[in-house]
Amino acid sequence: MSVAALRGWTPSIARPSVLPGFGLTFGFAVSYLSLIVLIPLAVLVWRASALGIDGIWRVATTPRVLAALQVSFFISAAAATVNVVFGAIVAWVLVRYDFPGKRIFDAAVDLPFALPTAVAGIALASLYATNGWIGALFAPWGIKIAFTPLGIFIALVFIGLPFVVRTVQPVLQDFEREVEEASATLGAGRGQTVFRVVLPALVPALLTGGALAFARAVGEYGSVIFIAGNMPFVSEIAPLLIVTRLEEFDYAGASAIATVMLVISFAALLAINSIQAFSRRRFGHA
Amino acid sequence: MSNRRTFLTALASAAGMASISAVVRAQSPREVVLTNVSYDPTRELYRALNDAFAKQWQASTGQKVTIRTSHGGSGKQARSVIDGLEADVVTLALAGDIDAIARESKRLPENWQSRLPNNAAPYTSTIVFVVRKGNPKSIKDWPDLAKQGVSVVTPNPKTSGGARWNYLAAWAYELDRTKGDQVAARKFVEAIYWNVPVLDSGARGSTTTFAQRAVGDVLVAWENEAFLTLQEFGADKFEIVVPGFSILAEPPVSLVDQVVDKRGTRKVAEAYLEFLYTPAAQKIIAKNFYRPSKPEAADPADLARFPRIRLVTVDQAFGGWAKAQAEHFAEGGTFDQIYKPGGKPVTR
Repeated sequence: MSVAALRGWTPSIARPSVLPGFGLTFGFAVSYLSLIVLIPLAVLVWRASALGIDGIWRVATTPRVLAALQVSFFISAAAATVNVVFGAIVAWVLVRYDFPGKRIFDAAVDLPFALPTAVAGIALASLYATNGWIGALFAPWGIKIAFTPLGIFIALVFIGLPFVVRTVQPVLQDFEREVEEASATLGAGRGQTVFRVVLPALVPALLTGGALAFARAVGEYGSVIFIAGNMPFVSEIAPLLIVTRLEEFDYAGASAIATVMLVISFAALLAINSIQAFSRRRFGHA
Repeated sequence: MSNRRTFLTALASAAGMASISAVVRAQSPREVVLTNVSYDPTRELYRALNDAFAKQWQASTGQKVTIRTSHGGSGKQARSVIDGLEADVVTLALAGDIDAIARESKRLPENWQSRLPNNAAPYTSTIVFVVRKGNPKSIKDWPDLAKQGVSVVTPNPKTSGGARWNYLAAWAYELDRTKGDQVAARKFVEAIYWNVPVLDSGARGSTTTFAQRAVGDVLVAWENEAFLTLQEFGADKFEIVVPGFSILAEPPVSLVDQVVDKRGTRKVAEAYLEFLYTPAAQKIIAKNFYRPSKPEAADPADLARFPRIRLVTVDQAFGGWAKAQAEHFAEGGTFDQIYKPGGKPVTR
């Protein structure tokens, strides 16, 4: 492969490119991706395959697992949706306005990335418990946040926010003000400009950010475990069920649940990617 | 964005490599390092025991010994050893977990429990209750935990060794009261678990939930953990309630034969485990709120802290750990059957 690459040879499956080095970089990309992503995933599926397809199906369709998958995927989707809306607003404020302390605000967005998730979970649990600062405000109305599904939602919103902000921000930065000015001179109202000119351009970035936040939320364990309450059928997330199976030395069962999560996540991400491709064609933005 | 995480991972693994090389370097003939893989609430206990053993070993053999102790949920620790963690000795919460190591990894013989006195348990403990000061829900014994309107904090028995003792203690209480009625025992335990608002994954997690997050009216806990809670969070906030009947928890210890033979540490590791039974160690054990197997060696003042409770062993009430594990905590066991979709509301 590398010798061919040195001669500038390009495999026929690839479109001819003016850039040299396709073979070398493609080979590197494939081996790297295999090593880091594909081989571990293959091992996971191989572990689960000890049960056979119907075995995996049986594990995945037990009421307890179904309930946990529902909790994981629905709450993750809800958290990602909220993050798309509010993450877009945060990105907008950070790009379009100048205000004192902007740098600090901007850096703070990244904190959920940097913080060990367990620390985040413990911090959130102590804030939102009925004797915590925020939890105490809601307690008089009988609203419990920590140790309920609402707690899971809070934790997932927390860890997902930077994904949306950081994907939308650069797109918004590159978005030319002239386009908005043109829209205004052509007689569009402010609302029209936002919803028909700015937002369509942001849709692909919003979708990417939302998809990343969703994917991260589905797999999140550390922060959720401290605030969820972990009650079966109510606030038990699928990753916890995987850990539980591991504690029982049931590696195949754990891998089976993991494989099911993998398939659902992959399908969801694929769907989001297709919508993105569609919106790109529809609106013609990169 | 993701390279930040990668960087953290790299840091963590670098730290891991450093500690491994530290272990390797310490292999000079003059110095020996032992790894003790233990369970969650023994941090304070083994810190004291390790110091005492190191002093004694150096005095008698001239060799310097360093003992590293790793703590975590008992089941998780057992899994680490099965997966290859090089433990010279294991000191876990229950025999079932060491059985699992013997069965799954063959790193120690199946008869490990008969190699040391008292079922290989140098100390015992039991399960008691911690309530808020003044005992506002007037909790006195196990049936109070099954009452409506009482909120009980206990960890998940699937992930926590201590929680398994809690579960079996409740079950054994009702078995004893009804002279062996399994159906009644099951209903009783179910009623208690319907009162549980949070299932933490380990004993320390439950203590935090109860003591710091103000969740629940009663914490079901290891006796030593209960004393420690009072010590840590203040005897003015909590009090211990001792039920009339509980389970005799025997946290066992064992050599991991394959590891000590490979590392050449059999002699010192054996001495370490035998040390746990000596009067000096027994005294430390009692001081750290564990019940010594040789009470005569302990300080009488420490012993006076342990109230008299009628105790039953797992062997007496459940026919051994293997059976208890399979019936109650395995996939689909009695614990799993408590939680059903659309069953009794579990959050209150």
